Amino acid sequence: MKPSDPSGHDSLWREEVSFRTADEQYVARRQFGTFLVLTSLGMFVGNLWILAKSWFFQQPLYPLRPVARAGDIAPGAVKLFQYPGEHDPCILVRLGSGEYVAYSQKCTHLSCAVYYEKGRDRLECPCHEGYFSVRTGAVLQGPPPRPLPRVRLESRGDQLIATGITLNPEEI
Amino acid sequence: MIHVDYLDRRNSIASVPTVCMHCDDPTCAEVCPADAIKKNEDGVVQSSLKPRCIACSNCVLACPFGVPKMMVEFEQMMKCDMCYDRTSAGKRPMCATVCPSQALAYVPPDRMARERREKPVNVFHFGNQEVTTKVFVMAPAESAAIHVDVVNYMWEESL
Repeated sequence: MKPSDPSGHDSLWREEVSFRTADEQYVARRQFGTFLVLTSLGMFVGNLWILAKSWFFQQPLYPLRPVARAGDIAPGAVKLFQYPGEHDPCILVRLGSGEYVAYSQKCTHLSCAVYYEKGRDRLECPCHEGYFSVRTGAVLQGPPPRPLPRVRLESRGDQLIATGITLNPEEI
Repeated sequence: MIHVDYLDRRNSIASVPTVCMHCDDPTCAEVCPADAIKKNEDGVVQSSLKPRCIACSNCVLACPFGVPKMMVEFEQMMKCDMCYDRTSAGKRPMCATVCPSQALAYVPPDRMARERREKPVNVFHFGNQEVTTKVFVMAPAESAAIHVDVVNYMWEESL
């Protein structure tokens, strides 16, 4: 490619940085005012839309999905499943007492996969040593800023059904 | 700014004012990295704008006529702006008003061509660079452009 002549009269810099006072472009007060008003209007409408959305779609609808049969998992064992979507890994733990709990497997710090450490009875994230309580999902130690989202479980007959996700298990 | 050079300081007190030629495409403004030198609607190339000038001296080195001067005490380039405060109010530039022989005159070039034997010329050749200016220079009647060999005018050669 032939380099353009820097002193050529069709050069871009001549057009963009003109030495002629007449070619200088200033933003007029009215232009700036129009920009401010239109931008604020846009943000106001956007906020109204967010407000309306939060009013009319308050509860996200979660599908019901069978996760496991009640007798399949021994106390202290785990089962991995996906809920609510195909790419949302979750972990089902049967506690030593026989009770079932399920959490999202994504650590709330940087989305590493947490696992159940049976000996210490807690969920551990190997990336930065974030530990979660296996009973509530609360953060015990480390960098995670929030508790693990908890998967609500319901027992129907011998089936365990996932019915939804609670973001803050301490509210249960 | 009035810019007076001494021609041969050792042997003479003769001085010459270096007025700006107010080029159509001012090289000083083209090389300015800070966009501080502006040519206004009247075709007058102004001194550098104080808030913008970074005192880099690019214009001082680039001007083929040697017009811009770096005022180190102000950290700013200043040059002849055709006494814009006077000419914009309908008065002649200061140098033209005080010149006793009208070697510097503030008149339209066509009127100058009628009144004098020489021809007003505003095309200059510096090597391959052709510069056309707002200010005219009186040249012999047969010349179409003025060729300037800069090396011949360098002070080392004249000593």
